[in-house]
Amino acid sequence: MPAPESASKIPVTVLTGYLGAGKTTLLNRILSEPHGKKFAVIVNEFGEIGIDNDLVVNADEEVFEMNNGCICCTVRGDLVRIIDGLMRRKGKFDAIIVETTGLADPAPVAQTFFMDEAVGSKTKLDAVVTVADAKWLTDRLKDAPEAKNQIAFADVILINKTDLVAPDELRELEARIRALNPYARLHRTERANVDINEVLGRNAFDLDRILEIEPSFLDADEHHHDHNHDHHDHGHHHHGNGLKHYHDEEMQSVSLKTDRPLNPDKFFPWIQDLVAKDGPNILRCKGILSFKDDPERFVFQGVHMILDGDHQRPWRADENRDSRIVFIGRSLPEDRIREGFENCIA
Amino acid sequence: MRTASLDVSDMQAPLPSLADRVRHVDVDATIVGVHFLGGTPVFVLGEEALLYAGERRIGIHAGAILSSASDGTRIVTGGDDGKLFEINADGHRELASDDKQRWIDQVALGPEGAVAWSAAKTVHVFARKGDERRFDAPSTVAGLCFAPKGFRLAIAHYNGATLWFPNAAGAQPERLEWKGSHLGVAISPDGKFLITCMQEPMLHGWRLADSKHMRMSGYSTRVRSLSWTADGEHLATSGAEQLILWPFDGKDGPMGRQPKILARGESRVTVVNCHPRHPVVAVGYADGAVKLVRIDDDALILVRESDGSPVSALGWDTAGQMLAFGTESGAGGVLPL
Repeated sequence: MPAPESASKIPVTVLTGYLGAGKTTLLNRILSEPHGKKFAVIVNEFGEIGIDNDLVVNADEEVFEMNNGCICCTVRGDLVRIIDGLMRRKGKFDAIIVETTGLADPAPVAQTFFMDEAVGSKTKLDAVVTVADAKWLTDRLKDAPEAKNQIAFADVILINKTDLVAPDELRELEARIRALNPYARLHRTERANVDINEVLGRNAFDLDRILEIEPSFLDADEHHHDHNHDHHDHGHHHHGNGLKHYHDEEMQSVSLKTDRPLNPDKFFPWIQDLVAKDGPNILRCKGILSFKDDPERFVFQGVHMILDGDHQRPWRADENRDSRIVFIGRSLPEDRIREGFENCIA
Repeated sequence: MRTASLDVSDMQAPLPSLADRVRHVDVDATIVGVHFLGGTPVFVLGEEALLYAGERRIGIHAGAILSSASDGTRIVTGGDDGKLFEINADGHRELASDDKQRWIDQVALGPEGAVAWSAAKTVHVFARKGDERRFDAPSTVAGLCFAPKGFRLAIAHYNGATLWFPNAAGAQPERLEWKGSHLGVAISPDGKFLITCMQEPMLHGWRLADSKHMRMSGYSTRVRSLSWTADGEHLATSGAEQLILWPFDGKDGPMGRQPKILARGESRVTVVNCHPRHPVVAVGYADGAVKLVRIDDDALILVRESDGSPVSALGWDTAGQMLAFGTESGAGGVLPL
């Protein structure tokens, strides 16, 4: 008999990062650690440095538009094909790592897991891990839209080569990253030296795990112009560091929060309409919601126009029944989003 | 071997079963294809080997077997080791290998011994009397099939399909355009229609005489299996919780017409394969069940009980007297009829 669905799915980790940031170093570090795990590695065709692994597949990053009239619904055609082929060797590997080119947009990779039934039924997207070059990322954020995309999209960010920059520069860089992406886990590394448990097995797209990213939601409030200041007793380690608040002109996050219950009959039409219209500009979104007369937490997450949501578990007696949403995207209509959200309050 | 005919006029009772007549074949690998060499069933495993007659393991590839095709006298396989093999009753041999060891994703067999295969964007054809010829598709090749007549090859790729005439030197391949990713291709037995499976849960089709478009939709998932009925009047398809048969008996094919919807069930159809002579379709389901469906009256016979492991392969012998099947978890079987 087949095992329960999600337990038997092979986790897939996506490694992104601008050219030279250290993706291959991280990949080789993951592969060489004595974890006893076997990986299938999908590398891009421009990868030059040798990968020491039994199962390495070269991919050519074919981004295909879906034929549904939506320009942001793209999938990686090569992944659809390669994962189908790899699954014939099920049992030969425990997890898949996809290394993208430095110029790749992570969205089509992520969307492949939601748009292709065969891929989604056998594998699950675990996390998008972005490696950033501590010395050069600030420049790349100015001149390379791909680098900005990769930071904004990430679940885990390694700020690599920290030995090449001064502590002040590093703090400033972290603030710039936080301005783009309030909920990713940040790690400072030299030569991509990180505990691989911080990179693999994150379940970042698993609705049941949205609970665990909650502390990062609070960071979001801190760095943005959120007008709910009623939870400042949670202690942010960034606070008091004299950290500047950066605001990127193009890419922002919008954090929403209310302690009043939402009306689901208003919320769902609103969010569906929002992603239908602004989906091309919304890279990621995540939310934890409290609906009126509903004893259970509702959680959702999305990539561009794709939304995935479900009831998660009953609210605990000691929890504040707050609803929180974070959107990360380009030129987000913040006022309109806030107003729309306020209108969903029951 | 018993030779019961497929005269199934005595099928009134709900789901009569032939499951007790199945000879079982169990392997510790996914079964990705099954073909007959004469009267001998050959199971294609997900990795490395074929299982001849359900007993003798023939190791050929150094990795996954990605595709296979058969004309009843031989089988060709493409692997992730970049190799193309031919297997017949006498043995096996390597036909070709990709110079960069890229995956051989697609294989097809054609008239007069022709073999086609693709690695990434490049399609190769070996004609029995001719040289190897190559064609570069605009993107990775995701489907290959020969036309029933003439030396023509249909190639599915991103944003459409291409009809290539390997022996017509200098002739431009004919491009059939339709936006989106096309992941499989079939040409109707009368040569009038070309059908592709799309990344979306739908089929696209062209009437070749005038390139008129057809869109066949309504599936719950991507269509991964296509099979023409023996009379060429229907195209059987997977991808729904029923067996969907599109009509191709008139000059307009399925345009403006509804498909036949048979074998309604709980589980999704994963593989279809039409009987080579009679209006009967073998249908494999995601829950592991295999049924025979008679097209005229939707009469069903159970061949295999469901067990939760998706059916991944179905094959008939040329005479239509034996059906073989295989599942993702390595349960195979042969039913003599």
